[in-house]
Amino acid sequence: MNIPDPVAVFRIEAAELFEQIESGLLDLTHRLNDKDQIDAVFRGLHTLKGSGAMFGFDALAAFTHHCETAFDRVRKGEKPATSELVAAVLAAQDHMRALVDRPTDDHGDIGEVLLARLQHAVEGDAPQPAAVQPIPVVAVAQTPKSGLNSWRIRFSLPVNSMVNGTNPLGLLDELRDLGEYKVLVNTSAIPSLDVLIPTDLHLSWDVTLTTDQPRSAIDDVFIFVLDDMQLDVETLTEVVEPVAAVQAPEPPPVATPVVAVAAPVQVPVAATPVAERETAVSNASDNRQAKAAENVRVPAERLDELMDRVGELVIAQSRLRQLASASMDIQLRSVSEEIERLSGELRDTMMVLRMVPVGSLFGRFRRLVHDLARETGKVIELVTEGETTEVDKTVIERLADPLVHLVRNSIDHGLETPEERRAAGKDEAGKVLLSARQAGGEVIITIKDDGRGINRDRVRAKAESSGLIQPGAVLSDQDLLQLIFAPGFSTAAQVTNLSGRGVGMDVVKKTVEALRGAIDVTSQAGEGSEVSLRIPLTLAIIDGLLVRVGTGRYVIPLSAVEECLELSLEEDLRSRGRSFISLRDSLVPFLRLRDLFQTGTKPDLHQKVVVISTGTERVGMVVDQIIGDHQTVIKSMSKLHHDVATFSGATILGDGSVALILDVAHLVAAGQQQEAQVRAAG
Amino acid sequence: MNEARQISETHRKVKMNWNEAEELEVLTFDLHGETFALEAILVQEILDLLPETIVPGAMPFVGSVINFRGKVIPLADIRLAFGMEAAETTIDSRIIVIELDLQGEPTLVGLRTDKVNEVTTLAKASSEAPPSVGMRWRPDYINCLVKRGGQFIILPNLQAIFSFRKEI
Repeated sequence: MNIPDPVAVFRIEAAELFEQIESGLLDLTHRLNDKDQIDAVFRGLHTLKGSGAMFGFDALAAFTHHCETAFDRVRKGEKPATSELVAAVLAAQDHMRALVDRPTDDHGDIGEVLLARLQHAVEGDAPQPAAVQPIPVVAVAQTPKSGLNSWRIRFSLPVNSMVNGTNPLGLLDELRDLGEYKVLVNTSAIPSLDVLIPTDLHLSWDVTLTTDQPRSAIDDVFIFVLDDMQLDVETLTEVVEPVAAVQAPEPPPVATPVVAVAAPVQVPVAATPVAERETAVSNASDNRQAKAAENVRVPAERLDELMDRVGELVIAQSRLRQLASASMDIQLRSVSEEIERLSGELRDTMMVLRMVPVGSLFGRFRRLVHDLARETGKVIELVTEGETTEVDKTVIERLADPLVHLVRNSIDHGLETPEERRAAGKDEAGKVLLSARQAGGEVIITIKDDGRGINRDRVRAKAESSGLIQPGAVLSDQDLLQLIFAPGFSTAAQVTNLSGRGVGMDVVKKTVEALRGAIDVTSQAGEGSEVSLRIPLTLAIIDGLLVRVGTGRYVIPLSAVEECLELSLEEDLRSRGRSFISLRDSLVPFLRLRDLFQTGTKPDLHQKVVVISTGTERVGMVVDQIIGDHQTVIKSMSKLHHDVATFSGATILGDGSVALILDVAHLVAAGQQQEAQVRAAG
Repeated sequence: MNEARQISETHRKVKMNWNEAEELEVLTFDLHGETFALEAILVQEILDLLPETIVPGAMPFVGSVINFRGKVIPLADIRLAFGMEAAETTIDSRIIVIELDLQGEPTLVGLRTDKVNEVTTLAKASSEAPPSVGMRWRPDYINCLVKRGGQFIILPNLQAIFSFRKEI
């Protein structure tokens, strides 16, 4: 067991907290008085401060403290949440990220400037109350209430909370700071010694507190554990405020073997039959356990390792099946069938493990759009759909940059300024829709805007002037629109710092094709454009067509295969010189893989042509035999073979031997090149 | 020869992991009648010959791949790096799987050998740097020669061999 670097762990945690804070802040920009979001942001900031201090990010902790203080006051209703404050904290959050990423760098006086802005947002011009105060654990409410109240507080924490770092003693200490208190511990839930796990927490507490603080001060003590715990607060004097956070009832504090405090507590509890209570409690704890088991953080490499093992198992299993089917042993056969079923299920489960919802990707765009709206002065409404659609984690990571580019493009080129929109009779707010849905083995991600649409005439003019097409060339609408993905193409008359350097769209297309996906564009002048990315669900397994060339076996990704046909003898002879076949009246260049791979074998009598395509370009591959389709677990090739561009990877066949996977994009390019050479030769 | 000397002068000397007693534990194997040795710590596994898959277009020196426990790893023939002829396989032929650091990435590579001999300990005292003249092989492909029992054991410089150039 290797222990992960605590600082790295903190960085991961911090990244999640930033996401939580940021999404809370962005929600607040729409609904300034959303109490839940204010609490969420506050909690995020508080946790960030605490963890930061724990891992030695002192500058971060000190800086975050100020933001937290500001939000604390909003939370307590002392100050209103203003959009100015939200913007200030958003900006401050970027500085926090910098402090997490580069804690030792000199960040100059950015921090002070941000804090001054924050202070201005909170106070108007009043002086900031507190200087840098190193990390108080919980902010205690400052509004004292006259008169003493007595409270009965019963609470229990989830069984695994000690593992998560919650310290019940700390909670008790904080309660004690509020006033005079008595504690009674309930040990009835402790199991017998032989099943006791020392890190589990089975205790619950019963506190009688007499304090001059309001009810909210008690809630504050528990604010960070409130989600998972059971808390029951009752007043013993007069009713002051309604009880806010009541959950399932507590186990009865009757059978208490160890009584720490002698003074009996007067409890005004409604008498409930014990049996009923117990079921309620056990249900509640079941729920809590289910909740705790929801998420496990696993490094991606371990998943990859597991995937490898499963791949091996699938291969070993297919060998077993071959043996079993040749054998007369019924028992062997039944075991083989059972293993086949199990390994198939295991593979399916494994695939699901690698899937993450697209929502995690979409979340990043809210901030991007927020910033772009400020920069461009356009009013933008971002709508996301289908966040729960799941895609392979690797795909998500690789898609992030292309999507950023496409969204920027939509906003920068597509959407008009508010004035233009008004003039065109549209809503002032431009709409950008980001949606994801699953269709068969593909995920379709769509970026749609209701802007001015793609100007075909400008695309054509630009393509002609940059020599991408012949002047006056006849192109279908789709072909014309696809030109925007050509290298070196950019329609923006003026290059902005958002997009429009013309290096982006072709990179977008390359990335998507590297993921074995495709891009479609549709656009209506004046009504907007829509770009759809079709991406396969997973990178780890593809459907392939297994072919034989000479003695070697190769896999062609089935998604690229258009059709298979036989290369007739005449056609074969006729095409010696020019390597074209006519396919329904169009000439398709083809490559003889036997020559390309220099197999040195005699061609089979009936050679086949597999026609593959990327988008509009088609190339035929002459192979000796088509063996059939094959579920292909993709293995990458080592660096020693990175210079071999013909293959994109390798896979292991049922008999344990290795087959190479053809790189379609490369072969198509090679075929087109050959065509160009032939044309040049006349 | 001139060119070879130039290379030998510029190439990075790889540090050998001699221990405090100035000894090195190695696995020795035969190639084309010569005895070679690899640091034992590099060796992952010794395999019987496996079905190979030719990679068309790859350098002949790493001309094929094998399935090593579900991983696809390159199979190298360092005979070709030393200008020896490729040989027919025999009943003694084995594949040694080693882990190499290639451009910062640990990579498993299979080495084709005629015969695997033994794990043994070599003393630094009996090692010599490769002579810059009088040798058929590129000196930068050899870390050192160790004399033992009247013959030389060659410790190849795998880093140099595998930070390959196209001409191999």
